[in-house]
Amino acid sequence: MHGLSFDIAHMLAGALVLVSFMMLYQVRLYALLNVLALHALVLSLSVAWQAHIQGSPHLYVTAAIALGFKAILVPWALRRMVFRMGVHREIEAVVSVGLTMLAGMALVALSLEVMLPVTAKADPIAREDIALALSVVLIGLLMMVTRRNAVSQVVGFMSLENGINLAATGARGMPLVVEISIAFSILIAFIVIGIFLFRIRERFDTVDVGALDKFRGGQG
Amino acid sequence: METVLIAILCLLLLGMIAAVTARMPIGRVLTYGGCLIVCLVILGTGLTSIAGPIQRLTLPLGLPGSGTHLRLDALASFFLVLTGLGGAGASLFAIGYGRHEEEPARVLPFYPVFLAGMNLVILADDAFTFLFAWELMSISSWALVMAQHREDGNAHAAFVYMLMAAFSGMTLLLAFGLLAGPSGNYAFDAIRAVSPSNGLASAALLLALIGTGAKAGLVPLHVWLPLAHPAAPSHVSALMSGVMTKIAIYGFVRIVFDLLPTPPWWFATIVLVLGGITAVLGVLHAMLERDMKRLLAFSTVENIGIVFVALGLALAFKANAFTTGVTLALTGAFFHALNHTVFKSLLFFGAGAVLNATGHRDLERLGGLIHRMPRTAVAVLVGCIAISALPPLNGFASEWLIFQAILLRPELPQWGPKLALPVDGALLALAAALAAACFVRAFGIAFLGRPRSPAAEQARETDIWSQAAMLIFAGLCLLGGILPGVVIDFLAPVLQALSGARIAPQVSDAWLTVAPITASRSSYNGLLVFLFISGSAVLTVAVIHRFASSGLRRAPPWDCGFPDPNPATQYTAASFDQPIRRVYGAVVFRTREKVDMPSPGDTRAASIAKTSHDTIWELAYAPIARLILAVATVLNLMQHLTIRRYLGFVFAALVILLVSLTLWQ
Amino acid sequence: MDMMGALLTQFAQMALVLGLAPLLTGLVRKVKARLQRRQGPPLLQPYRDLRRLFGKDVVMAENASWLFRGVPYVVFAITWVAASLIPTFATGLLFSWSGDLLVIIALFGGVRFAQALAGLDVGTSFGGIGASREVMIASLAEPAMVMIVFSVALIAGSTQLSTIAVFMQSDAVGLRVSLALALVALIIVAISENGRIPVDNPATHLELTMVHEAMVLEYSGRHLAMIDLAASLKLLAYASLIICLFLPFGLAGAASSPLDYAAGAGLWLVKLTGAGVLLSVSEMSIAKMRVFRVPNFLGAALMLALLGVLLLFVSRGM
Repeated sequence: MHGLSFDIAHMLAGALVLVSFMMLYQVRLYALLNVLALHALVLSLSVAWQAHIQGSPHLYVTAAIALGFKAILVPWALRRMVFRMGVHREIEAVVSVGLTMLAGMALVALSLEVMLPVTAKADPIAREDIALALSVVLIGLLMMVTRRNAVSQVVGFMSLENGINLAATGARGMPLVVEISIAFSILIAFIVIGIFLFRIRERFDTVDVGALDKFRGGQG
Repeated sequence: METVLIAILCLLLLGMIAAVTARMPIGRVLTYGGCLIVCLVILGTGLTSIAGPIQRLTLPLGLPGSGTHLRLDALASFFLVLTGLGGAGASLFAIGYGRHEEEPARVLPFYPVFLAGMNLVILADDAFTFLFAWELMSISSWALVMAQHREDGNAHAAFVYMLMAAFSGMTLLLAFGLLAGPSGNYAFDAIRAVSPSNGLASAALLLALIGTGAKAGLVPLHVWLPLAHPAAPSHVSALMSGVMTKIAIYGFVRIVFDLLPTPPWWFATIVLVLGGITAVLGVLHAMLERDMKRLLAFSTVENIGIVFVALGLALAFKANAFTTGVTLALTGAFFHALNHTVFKSLLFFGAGAVLNATGHRDLERLGGLIHRMPRTAVAVLVGCIAISALPPLNGFASEWLIFQAILLRPELPQWGPKLALPVDGALLALAAALAAACFVRAFGIAFLGRPRSPAAEQARETDIWSQAAMLIFAGLCLLGGILPGVVIDFLAPVLQALSGARIAPQVSDAWLTVAPITASRSSYNGLLVFLFISGSAVLTVAVIHRFASSGLRRAPPWDCGFPDPNPATQYTAASFDQPIRRVYGAVVFRTREKVDMPSPGDTRAASIAKTSHDTIWELAYAPIARLILAVATVLNLMQHLTIRRYLGFVFAALVILLVSLTLWQ
Repeated sequence: MDMMGALLTQFAQMALVLGLAPLLTGLVRKVKARLQRRQGPPLLQPYRDLRRLFGKDVVMAENASWLFRGVPYVVFAITWVAASLIPTFATGLLFSWSGDLLVIIALFGGVRFAQALAGLDVGTSFGGIGASREVMIASLAEPAMVMIVFSVALIAGSTQLSTIAVFMQSDAVGLRVSLALALVALIIVAISENGRIPVDNPATHLELTMVHEAMVLEYSGRHLAMIDLAASLKLLAYASLIICLFLPFGLAGAASSPLDYAAGAGLWLVKLTGAGVLLSVSEMSIAKMRVFRVPNFLGAALMLALLGVLLLFVSRGM
C-alpha cells in the first residue's frame, strides 16, 4: 500500500498547484476568495495526509490550524473587508490572464527542474512535494506581481505561505513550535496588511496600488 | 547517376534555348514541355536509385586539383524525387499558366537553370560544387523574383532576398571552411573522415543551421520568404516554396546528420525551440494575411517549422543513441517534406489560377469562385484539407508520425530536450489547429460566399494544363494519405543510411495499417478511415433519399431574417480573423484596434483602424538596417576627399600592416 | 465464424451509438428542465424532431454550392466513424486499430473544418460569425486535447484507445497528478467542443453569442437533421471518451462472451446516464460566458493539460 500513499500525497500536492492556477485564472474578487479558501482546504488535507503517513500527530494540529484559520477565518475576514470597502469586484491584472498562466507554467517547470536533481537523495515522498511546493510559492509571488488590487496581493501572499507550509510538512521532523510561530507571524502580517488596506482606502479612495505611485516623489 | 547529370545538362541547354526563343509562342511550350520531360526523368531516377547502391562520379571540372565530386545515395535520391515531382508539376502547370506572362523573356531562360541548380545541390559531393550549385539556385531564383519587377514591392522583395541569400551562402561557406580542417580538402568524404574538435564542430553546426535555416525560412531568418516567394510568377512560387525550401532542409540534413559527428544535445534543443516558434509564428502570420500568395508563403514558414521540429527530435534522440526514435522522427520529417512539396505546390497553382482568372491576389476581392472555377475549387479544397493535417489526407499522416515520435519519450537525461519536447508537442498541435483555421478562411473567403468584386463575378475556369497539374497533385495528396505505409517503406533506405536502422516494413500488413512501433502502441489506417467515411456518407445519402425526402427548393438566404443582397455585408477575411487576432495577435504582434463609432444622429462614417507590429523585423532587422545606414552616412563623407588624402589612406594602411606584421613576429 | 462475430460486434457498436445519441440529448434536456421545475419535452423528443426533419424538403439558399449540400453528410459520416472508434461496451473491436486517439481528434477537427466552410458558403453574416468563432475556439481546444492525449498516452504507453482502456483498468495506474489535470482539461474541452454552457448555448437562436447554431443557420430539412444527429453523436462520443479513459471498469475485453458484452453495455449505460445528469446539473448552475472570456477558459485547459505532460516528462513518479 506504500504506492497508494505516495500517490495520494502527490495528488494533493498537485491539487494545490492546480488551485494556485485557478487563482491566476480568477478575475472576480469574491470567487478569488473562495479559491483561496479551497487552497487552504487542500493544504490542510495534504498536511493531514502527511500526518497520517508519517505517523506524527502534531501535524494534525497544523492541519487543523490550516483548516480553521486559513480556510475559514481569513477568507471570511477578507470577504467582509471587501464588502465594507466596496471594492470594485473585477480585478485588474497588469498582464493578461493567458500570459500569466503561461508564466506560471514556466515557473512550475523551472521549480521541478531545479528541485528534483538537488533533492535526488531525499525521501521520495518529500522530493516531488518540495518541487511542487516551490511552484506554489513562485505562483503566489507571480500573483502578487501581476495584480494591481491590494486584496488580490494579499491572496497571493496567503497562497505563497501555504506553499511554504506544504514544503515544511513534506520534510520530516519540523517542530511544531516553528509552525505555530509561522502561523502567528502570518496572522500578524495579515492584520497589518488589513489595517494598511483600510488606511490606503481612506486616503486614496481605492485599493489599486497603482494609485500609490502617484504620491511618490518626482513622479506626480 | 549519369541520367541525372545529363538531365541537368539538358536543363541548362533548355535555358539557353529559351533565351533565344522566349519571345516566340513556341518558346513557352518548348521550355516547359522540355522541363516537364526532364523532371519526370529525374523523378524516375530518384524513385529507382533510392534503394540502389551509392553511385559516385568525379568530373575534371571546378577547383584545380580536386575536381567536381558527385554522389547519388539514398538521401540524395529522395530529394531528387522531390525536385523531380515539384518540377514536373510546376512545368505542367506552367504550360498553360505561362500564357499570361507579360515578359516571358524574364522568366523562361531562368526557370530551367533554377531547376538545374536545385538538382545539382543534391548531387554535389564536395563543398565547392555544393556552394556553386547553391548560389546558382539562389541567383536564378532571384532573377525569377525580379521577373515582374514593375509591380509594387517586388524590387524590394528581390533586394531583401538577395541579401539573405548572400548571407546564407556566406555562413555555409564558413561552415565548410571550418569543417575542411587543416588539410583543406573540401570533398565530403574527406570532411566525413575528419573528426573536428568540439568547439569547431559546434561552430560549424550553428553556421550550418543559420545558413540552411535562412534558405528554408526558419524564424528569425524568415523575413525574406513571404516577400520573395509571392513576388515570383505562381509556378515559380510553387517551386520556391515547395522545392527550394526542401533543398535547404537537404543541406541541413546532409551537413548535420551525415558530414558531422553526432551533435550535442544543446544543439537539438536550439533546433526544437526554433522549429516550434517557427511553426506557430508562421501560421499566425498566415492567418492574418490578406494576400493569397503571401498567406501561402507564411504557411510554408509554418511547415518548415514542423519539419525542423521533427529534425530536432531526431537530433535529441540521436544525442542519446536512441535509434528507434531517430528513425521515426526522421521518417516524419521526410514524409512531411514530401507532403509539403505536394500540397504547397498545389495551393500555389490554385492561387495562380485564381490570380489569372480575376487579376486579384487580395482575398477581400474574391469570393464565390466555387461556382465559376469548379475544378480549381475541388483541387484547392483537397490541398487545404491536406495542409490542415486532417485525415484521411497526407498532411495528417506525417504529423501523426511526428506526434508518435514525441510520444516515444525515452529517458532523456538533459533538461533542454526534456522540457522542449512537450512544449513542442503543444506548439505543433496549436500550429495544426491554426492552420485549419487559416485555410478555412483562405478557401472560404476566396471560393465560397458571394463575389466581392466584378472581376470575381466574371472569373472563368483556368486552362486544361493547369487543371491537370492541380488535379494530379490533389490525387497525390489523397494517395499519400490513404497509403502512408508505402511512403514509409519507400523512405526506409534513407533512414538505413542515416541512422543505421529502419522502421518495420508497413506494407506487409494485410489491411495496410501503419504501425510504426507496434500495433498495440499506435496504429493508423488511412485507407480504412477513408473507406469508412465515404462508405457511411454514401450509405446515408442513399438511405435518406430513398426512404425519407429528396426534395430541394431554392430560396433567398435566411440569415435569421436579415438577408442583405449587398455582398459587402458578408464576412470578410479581416472580420473572419478578428477573434484570432484578438486572442493571439495582441500578444504576438501587439495588434490594437481603434473603433470610432459616431453617436446616433452623427452622419460621420464609422471607422475601425487596426495597427500591428512585426516584432521580429523591428527587433532584429530594423536596428541592423539603421546601423548600416548610419555607418554609410559616415562613410559617405569619405567620398569627397582630395586625391592626396586617398593616397594618404593607402599609405597609412600599408604602414599599419607592416607594423602589425613586425609585432606579430 | 470468428470474423463474423467480430464484425457483428463492431456493427452492434456502430448501431448502438447511432441509436442512443438522440436519447442522451433528450436526457440532458429533460433533466435540465426538471431542475428548472419545468415539465420539459419527453425523453424521446429528439427522435421525433429528427423524423419530422427527415420528412421535409430542403430549402436551400440560391447561391449555395455543392459543398453546402455535401457537408451535412460528410459531417455526419465523420462523426459516426469517430464515435464508433471509441470503445463503449468493449475494447479491441475489429476496426478499433484503424485509428488511435489522435486520429479521433483529427476526425473531429475535420468535422469542424467542414462545418465552418459550410457556414461561409452562403455568404451571410451569421454563417461567418459562427465559423470565425468556431475556429478561434478550436485553435485552443485542439492543442489542449492533444496535450490530454499526450498525458494519457505517456502513462499508458499507447495512443490506442483499447490499449489505454485495458491499462486504466489495471492496478498499474494508481492516482496520478497528470491524470487528474488531464481529466479537468478534458471536461473543459468536451464542454467547449460540444458547444455547451458556458462556452455556447445549444438552445439559443438570435443571440449574438451563439457559435455552432450560427454556423448551421442556413440548414433545413434533412440536412439539418443530419447536423443535429451529428451533434448528438458528438456529445455521446465525448461522454464515452471520458468514461473510457477515466472510468473504464466493466468494459468487456477483446473477444468476450455475449454475456460480458451485455454487462459492459449495461454499465456503460449507467455511466452515460450519470454523465448526462452531471452535464445538466453543471449547465443549470453556471451562466454562459462572453465570447472573449472563452479563450481564457480554454487557455486554462491547455495550460493544465500541458502541465500534466510536463510533469510526466520531468519526473517519472507522476
